[in-house]
Amino acid sequence: MLLTVVTFLPALGALLVFFLPRGRPDLVKATGFGVAAATFLASVPLYLRFDGADASYQFVEHRPWMPSLGIGYHLGIDGISLLLVLLTTFLMPLTLLSAWHAIESRWKEFAITMLLLETGMVGVFVALDLFLFYVFWEAMLVPMYLIIGIWGGSNRVYAAIKFILYTLTGSLLMLVAILALYFRYGAATGTYTFDLPVLAQFVLPHGRAQDLLFLAFALAFAIKVPMFPFHTWLPDAHVEAPTAGSVILAGVLLKMGTYGFLRFCLPLFPDASVRFTPWMFALAVIGIIYGAWVSMVQPDIKKLVAYSSVSHLGFVVLGLFTLTPQGLVGGIIQMVNHGLSTGALFLVVGMLYERRHTRLIAEFGGLWKPLPALSALFLIVCLSSMGLPGLNGFVGEFLILIGAFQVDRTLAVFATTGIIFAAVYLLWMYQRVIFGVITNEANRRLPDLSAREWAILLPILLLIVWIGVYPASFTGMTEASVEALIAQVQAKAAAPAAALLVPAVVGR
Amino acid sequence: MTGALVFPAVDLRAIGPALVLAITGVVVLLLDLLPPRDRKDHLGLVGLAGVVASLVLTLRMWGADARAFRGMVALDGYALFFNLVIGYATGLVLLLSMDYVRRQGMESGEFYILVLFSAVGMLLMASATDLIVIFLALETMSLSLYVLAGFFRGRIEAGEASMKYFLLGAFASGFFLYGIALIFGATGSTNLDRIAAAIAAGAGRDPLLVIGAGLLLVGFGFKISLVPFHLWTSDVYEGAPTAITAFIATGSKAAAFAALLRVLTASVRAAPLDWAALLSVLAVLSMTVGNVIAIAQQNLKRMLAYSSIAHVGYMLVGVVAGGTLGHGSVLFYLLVYTFTTGGAFGVILLLEKNGREAVRLADYGGLALRHPMMALALSVFLLSLIGIPPTAGFVGKFYLFGAAVRAGYVWLAVIGALNSALAAYYYLRLIVYMYMRDPDPGGPTVMVPSFAGSLALVVAVWGVVQLGVLPAPLLDLAQAAVAPLLAAR
Repeated sequence: MLLTVVTFLPALGALLVFFLPRGRPDLVKATGFGVAAATFLASVPLYLRFDGADASYQFVEHRPWMPSLGIGYHLGIDGISLLLVLLTTFLMPLTLLSAWHAIESRWKEFAITMLLLETGMVGVFVALDLFLFYVFWEAMLVPMYLIIGIWGGSNRVYAAIKFILYTLTGSLLMLVAILALYFRYGAATGTYTFDLPVLAQFVLPHGRAQDLLFLAFALAFAIKVPMFPFHTWLPDAHVEAPTAGSVILAGVLLKMGTYGFLRFCLPLFPDASVRFTPWMFALAVIGIIYGAWVSMVQPDIKKLVAYSSVSHLGFVVLGLFTLTPQGLVGGIIQMVNHGLSTGALFLVVGMLYERRHTRLIAEFGGLWKPLPALSALFLIVCLSSMGLPGLNGFVGEFLILIGAFQVDRTLAVFATTGIIFAAVYLLWMYQRVIFGVITNEANRRLPDLSAREWAILLPILLLIVWIGVYPASFTGMTEASVEALIAQVQAKAAAPAAALLVPAVVGR
Repeated sequence: MTGALVFPAVDLRAIGPALVLAITGVVVLLLDLLPPRDRKDHLGLVGLAGVVASLVLTLRMWGADARAFRGMVALDGYALFFNLVIGYATGLVLLLSMDYVRRQGMESGEFYILVLFSAVGMLLMASATDLIVIFLALETMSLSLYVLAGFFRGRIEAGEASMKYFLLGAFASGFFLYGIALIFGATGSTNLDRIAAAIAAGAGRDPLLVIGAGLLLVGFGFKISLVPFHLWTSDVYEGAPTAITAFIATGSKAAAFAALLRVLTASVRAAPLDWAALLSVLAVLSMTVGNVIAIAQQNLKRMLAYSSIAHVGYMLVGVVAGGTLGHGSVLFYLLVYTFTTGGAFGVILLLEKNGREAVRLADYGGLALRHPMMALALSVFLLSLIGIPPTAGFVGKFYLFGAAVRAGYVWLAVIGALNSALAAYYYLRLIVYMYMRDPDPGGPTVMVPSFAGSLALVVAVWGVVQLGVLPAPLLDLAQAAVAPLLAAR
């Protein structure tokens, strides 16, 4: 029941907010935050009671939904999804807190959309039925579209439409692929089901059909990640979205793409995944370097952070497709890291924006003097994002590069340059914003962090240091699942065509 | 005595639901002559009672398989399913109309009478198993709708709508009738079963049959507004009273689909014509042309007209796929589409600006701020039209594309999926106007929805959500409805 509670508690909260009086914004804010915080608390036992040594799905719930079509209400998490669920529930109360004053109108609608979005996001990570997964995947688009489109900046409508049309195109093709997989499995075995663990045991014949299915899934995920060259919606969406939207977009939504590769592409289409690995590598490395280069020249801090996401997510994809334990564990940790670091960067940018109503680097300079606390925290976040040892970013990128080095040295070398460029664009930006003398009089009398802002940033910083110093408390949760996944992929890729594996071999 | 007349055994049960509506229509016709003369909404209520009675009868007869009038009419599971769809559409239209026609200053008894008579035609189309009966039912339905389309006779668009609908409809009827004649020439019968038997016996090689079947398709294509027979759609949808637009978009489309599917599956599909290729081309054309033109529309009624053309394309995908799954998905989609589109027109009808209907996109700016519930309801319908879960539209499309993939038409499913993404643009644009623009000071005021209007919208929203979250019972029902149709062959 725990997963159902964590998934649908926000939706229930949204219903509660719906009936609150419009004239009491404080009550609405408190309720919204309270529901998100309660959801986080409800999700903590997932971590505490999770058995990291067990590679199978845990907290499983399985009930028939549309039995005649083989559709079930099947929830469960393993080491791959556990951290992403926690990341979602952890970030949500903080973003609502960050929107306290930043969202000026229609807080009631805002709270409802954010809470519905949370249900969708958690649902994507816990669904083990392809139909159910797709329902959450699509349903989540609408709240995000509204958040960008209603509470966004001046060009918000364009950004919102671009966001939803891009993702919708990808996911509709995935829908056709899901159906094709369903009927192929049904034709081969006589049972029609959308159940992921069952489908994952099925070895599709090698060849064109598997390649096409892989490509349809991969396109949907690549758009979501976003991988070069499908990334063009991202800067628009990020720049126009309100801070809370950007944090959720970067922190959680982008992870759905990488999670999708891990959860669906690799186990369902192992052979095609291996065949397309060079392409994925190429796009990942192009993304790493291109994202970093474009970040460097951005005049707008938010856009800089947005492009840095393209670069960081490139690392994640690189790690996943190395199919080595280090690469995969690193990729998963890096997903969490990116959620925390980039989320925190967007939060800081939002705080600067609330003070100055601009995000242009040129407008700032010499902020250390009026804003010592904010500047210090900003520095830690920047260092974490560029992968300084001792902070979280290092752990993920290091593991990914170890994985990449085993597969292809040239690749690893090119990818490593991404870290150097990250240092360049982040530190250069930091230097121009924080150091130097105050050139703009408006910057002289800015108030430093308020108690609310401390409360938003401190929990994130705590995790940044925790993961950096003692990553084992997180990597330990994922290793068993990752090894089982790799074993499954390799066994299936080597299996004779159209054979069904004995479940014991796969073990999940 | 040799001259004794032998009357065929008449089993009125087989036309029960239609008969109830016809009697109600006559009753309303008589009541219209009695006072009060200034108010007519009680006639709507009487009509509604008739619709409810007809629906109750439909439910009571569930599982029946009555045939009557020498096999010209059948009340089987298939007809009963369509009775539900059409009955719901008629009820919705009556609920929405009651204060709408008064507000527009056009209240009169004829309105309700014509709605009821055209519903009788629709019900008969769903149960007709003889081409002649189909034609008669089609004409009953259409003649009433021609009048209704021009009901707001003071408006110039209404005249255009009625004229265009009538002229093009008359042509289509001509094609249809000529098709029947040719098929009769080739097979010697107008009965669907006997036509099928004749085709099986070798009449299929007759070119007359192929031409006849093609002409029938033209006639049906006109009624369901399939590209390239769609040219009337946008003008009629725009000019007709909105309640009637909803009726044309849902009831008459469902009825025409009912007859089309029966004719196709029960008899002429065996004709030596590459139906799959022909229908695939029409499906792709309909989806694409409908969606592309809809993007350019600024008038909501026209936009929904082109969107309805696109939705016919999606449904044809299910027809191409065929089988229980394919046809079942078409039936389910028709039900979903009736709830969704009927609801969307319902919202449009309740909005008014300076005494005229608010149908321009710009009229919807900031609607969410001033009428949050109306905007929410319209958003639910729009999301269902796009096919976003957890609304009914998603399940409908999922089912249609699933049938196509299963039957091996993956390319058709892919084109359908891409079209859905294309369509999302113009549906979302309306949501943009409602939620992301500031209200226009001269924007529409909602006529405080009367109890009837609110009820209609609540039922529609409930249907869209219910069919989206727990579709299983009706999915099974739709499949069960088409199964005997296919099994008989």
